[in-house]
Amino acid sequence: MRTVALPVAYMPLVDAAPLIIAQEMGFAQTEGIALDLIPAPSWSSVRDMLAFGRVDAAHMLSPVPVAMALGLGGVSTPVSAVMVTSVNGDVIGVGRALETRLRAQGYEFDFANPRAAARALARAADGPLVFGVPFPFSMHVELLQYWFDGTDLGGTEVTIRTVPPPLMAQALAEGDIDAFCVGEPWGSVAVDQGSGALLLPGNAIWSFAPEKVLAVRTDWAETEPHPLRRLMRAVWRAGQWLSRPDTHTTTAEILSRKAYLDVPPELIDRALHGRFIISGQAEHRDVARFVEFHEGAANFPWRSQAKWMACRLAFRHGLNAADSMARGAAAYRSDLFRAHMPIEVDLPGASEKVEGAILRETAVASQKGQLTLLADSFFDSCIFDPDASD
Amino acid sequence: MGAKLTVVVVEEDRDRAVAIVDALREATDCDVFVVGNSSALARRIAAHEPDIVLIDIDSPTRDMLEELTLASGPIDRPVAMFVSNSAGGLAQAAVEAGVSAYVVDGLAPQRIKPVIDTAIARFRMVRQMRTELAETRRALEERKVIDRAKGLLMKVKGIDENAAYSLLRKTAMDQGRRVAEVAEALVTASELLR
Repeated sequence: MRTVALPVAYMPLVDAAPLIIAQEMGFAQTEGIALDLIPAPSWSSVRDMLAFGRVDAAHMLSPVPVAMALGLGGVSTPVSAVMVTSVNGDVIGVGRALETRLRAQGYEFDFANPRAAARALARAADGPLVFGVPFPFSMHVELLQYWFDGTDLGGTEVTIRTVPPPLMAQALAEGDIDAFCVGEPWGSVAVDQGSGALLLPGNAIWSFAPEKVLAVRTDWAETEPHPLRRLMRAVWRAGQWLSRPDTHTTTAEILSRKAYLDVPPELIDRALHGRFIISGQAEHRDVARFVEFHEGAANFPWRSQAKWMACRLAFRHGLNAADSMARGAAAYRSDLFRAHMPIEVDLPGASEKVEGAILRETAVASQKGQLTLLADSFFDSCIFDPDASD
Repeated sequence: MGAKLTVVVVEEDRDRAVAIVDALREATDCDVFVVGNSSALARRIAAHEPDIVLIDIDSPTRDMLEELTLASGPIDRPVAMFVSNSAGGLAQAAVEAGVSAYVVDGLAPQRIKPVIDTAIARFRMVRQMRTELAETRRALEERKVIDRAKGLLMKVKGIDENAAYSLLRKTAMDQGRRVAEVAEALVTASELLR
């Protein structure tokens, strides 16, 4: 079989693993493709490379295709999320000043309870709290907003500001931000540099939050179904491989290479194993399913996930909710996922679910009847019904 | 309309910034401000109330500018990447030249064009110079490593310089690697064994 080279843009993060592993462990080769992985300096750059045809596919923040469909942000080329590449994987942390004040009031840093963390943070704030996030359209922003809305932080003045993760430490030091929400390894980097402590893993707020997607131009998906299919299958197999615990060490070694993340493998290992060092005092915390690449139909692009994001974005940016949900859902291509996955992949019977309604691992209706979904609950136990009219 | 355009250039390197500013002032009737990278970039840009913001496409601080595209952001007039509101060819050219431009919504394309054209030309030149410099540096580094590897081979095997280089080249060809890679492996290994 002739090998087709596909340029793919990504941000050097732990959750770029499915693409990097697809290429490095030969899953791409098996499908007759070679991924030309192009690291990007910023998320805007990833988006532009995709929109202007410099690359055919990209590792993308899950809300970006939805925001683009809503006409938010600079570029409006139609982009499709053809699969979710990772679920969860963010951390929320605070700078040294806030850490000191939180400790002074006896806060335990349990790295688990969002309400307790919010209560402590609201008490520790001596003015408006500023959070740094990597991009205005990101699960980081969505998780923070959702957390603020449902806790004591709702009554505190809070601002969210975009700060590229490599500048997060500097921004904390200069007092531009007080806290942050970033994807790994940047939270652990902040801890190791002594610039902050970790407060919560992202999955404490939403236990099944789509974090990154594989995005392609919508017209490319229509005109190039064959490379797309091969790419999706290679990435899916990489995710399956990543879900085996015995592959974590190898993964951390590969990702740590200079060409990829260029950080010590030990830092990458923390996210893969869900074993964190959360502060300069070497406190350990374990997190189950900190980041998920495969289990529980993690790769399925649920239209209800897109609707949830569209609904939140519409509310904050003053857009019509029903119209936004319809447009956002159309960017999540469960149809293409169904069409292109290999035969052994068990597909859910529906393409939407009531988000937040699964409280523990649950068997669901599927093509082969073997599908188990993981808990997708929100910390406040609310649910999101994608069909509800309001 | 008709008033001078205000352009903000985001650039850390002083020399590059000066080159871009001079070119813009010469070619167009506009006020140009330079802002260095900082963690409060969006607000520092907003303070100038710019019509157009120019930034290197490879700058990691670019994501901060995305806030400018939101109506609720630091500028009350939302900006769009100019690509989405003006002639398409210009956008492609800009992206290829390595500049991204953020333009206030509703600004007429004929007013934007001279600024963008100038920026594209200047950024392209700067980019070429940077690529050349990086290439030259790399070539020099590689030559140094190859010289050290040759020296090692000459000493250990008692061969002359030409024979040492031939050996490196043959090994590289046999292994399907570059001469510089083989040389680097040899130098690293010899340092370990020392």
